[in-house]
Amino acid sequence: MRKKGLKDTVLLEEDDVIVLDNVTHVYTNAPVLKNVSLRIKRGEFVFIVGASGSGKSTLIKLLLREIVATKGGVYVLGENLSTMKHRRVPAFRRRLGVVFQDFRLLKDMNVYENVAFAQRVTQVPSAKMHKSVPAILKYVGLAGKYKAKPRHLSGGEQQRVALARALVNKPEILLCDEPTGNLDPANSQEIMRLLNEFNKRGTTVVVVTHNREIVDQMHKRVITVHKGVIESDIEYGEYEAGEYDYEI
Amino acid sequence: MRFSSLGYTIKEGFKSLFRNKWYTLASVATISACLFLLGAFAAILLNLQYIVNNVQREISVTVFFQSGTTEEEMLNLRDQLILRDEVDHVDYTSAEEAWESFAEELGVTDYLDGFVDNPLADSASLTIYMNDVSLQSELVEFLEGKEIVRRVNKSELAASTLGSLNSLVGVATVGIIGILFLVSVFLISNTITIGISIRKEEINIMKYIGATDFFVRFPFIIEGVLIGLIGAAIPLVALYFVYNNVIIAIVTRFSSLSSLLGFLDVTEVFQLLVPVSLAIGVGIGFFGSVFTCRKHLRV
Repeated sequence: MRKKGLKDTVLLEEDDVIVLDNVTHVYTNAPVLKNVSLRIKRGEFVFIVGASGSGKSTLIKLLLREIVATKGGVYVLGENLSTMKHRRVPAFRRRLGVVFQDFRLLKDMNVYENVAFAQRVTQVPSAKMHKSVPAILKYVGLAGKYKAKPRHLSGGEQQRVALARALVNKPEILLCDEPTGNLDPANSQEIMRLLNEFNKRGTTVVVVTHNREIVDQMHKRVITVHKGVIESDIEYGEYEAGEYDYEI
Repeated sequence: MRFSSLGYTIKEGFKSLFRNKWYTLASVATISACLFLLGAFAAILLNLQYIVNNVQREISVTVFFQSGTTEEEMLNLRDQLILRDEVDHVDYTSAEEAWESFAEELGVTDYLDGFVDNPLADSASLTIYMNDVSLQSELVEFLEGKEIVRRVNKSELAASTLGSLNSLVGVATVGIIGILFLVSVFLISNTITIGISIRKEEINIMKYIGATDFFVRFPFIIEGVLIGLIGAAIPLVALYFVYNNVIIAIVTRFSSLSSLLGFLDVTEVFQLLVPVSLAIGVGIGFFGSVFTCRKHLRV
């Protein structure tokens, strides 16, 4: 079934969570994305790969509504981000989870406080917070380290805290910008295992990465961005290893 | 906003005071210095105004009457004068009182006993004390228009000088307070900017998680208000002790002037200074942080 978004020209399918319709984005006269169109459905696990400067990070910024596309339509969870009012942005972002390469944990806070911070900010009642934070920490394997400060954790553990923070509010979409960029292979595998687990529970996962090994192992849909255009968009099973090859 | 979230943001505001303790200290110190100067100027200007007002009240206009004017007519004019806004009070001196006073001044009452009639029969007068000497010329014009009035004694120079001094004091007060207010806003704005840059990472995370503008900005506003409040309280305490000591020093050192110079009591000065300083401190903190958040915190 297809429904027409309010005042939108693009036709959104009921299970579409991300739709980019002919999106162009320009930074100081240089286009970083050129006429990009893509559609991601609820429950999908998608890798976005491409060389540095190909436009991957711009794509994440557009999906987070950190920037507004110069041209074209960006639709996330049924919302048109190009016309979204500034005051509506916080409510929209609460439906997303974000994980970054550099973890972005608060150094002064311990593991528990870092995860609880996501719920404090979104004004979750304390009683609920006291249940959900330990539960998610247990899930990512950090229940025993809830009092530790980030500086006392390994890179993999810090990324698991970041993941717990992104997931504690049960987002509909999880956006990951190079989540394994600072991790060794073992920790990268662990993070990918957790992402896969959450995807199986219904969270749509979008991972921007350089890590070819991970992409090869995960057997998911892969979108390749090259110089601001989508070069390929291949479902698992439709490609051979290396078919989505790109310059790093 | 939930009550627990409000409590959390207020707590964050308090915490950031200590998180950036050196900047907080610098801001409190600069605001204190500004408000101390402001308080000191206000105290000086209030006293100056008090002295000017006292001197002003001593300046009088004296009216003498035509020969044959009855006491009833004079008292009637006194009643009319009392009703005028610029008039503080009016003293009536009868011819007899004038003569007695004259005799007393000469100190030779026995010699003067020889006069059968009052030689100052036409010297009954009204002495008019004003609460605003700048309106003296209008009063004189009114008096000179009366048929029963023979002569009006006035001091135009003193009246105009005191009138001008009074307005100058008023303008200076507003000007100095305005300048110090702007300096303080600038200083607190700098502190908040530094606070925002220190907490940029935290603010970014808040933004990505979906914090509202109010949730992000409120701790900074609390921080600004607290800095302003502390910055206002310190100089008030300092001024309280400084003021008393300075007044005592002036009165003891320049005792000859004490009859001329009356000073306001510290409680009278502080009745105005405490609410004004606290309001300015809180105002500087509030507006400084609101404007800075708007400028640097586009969330």
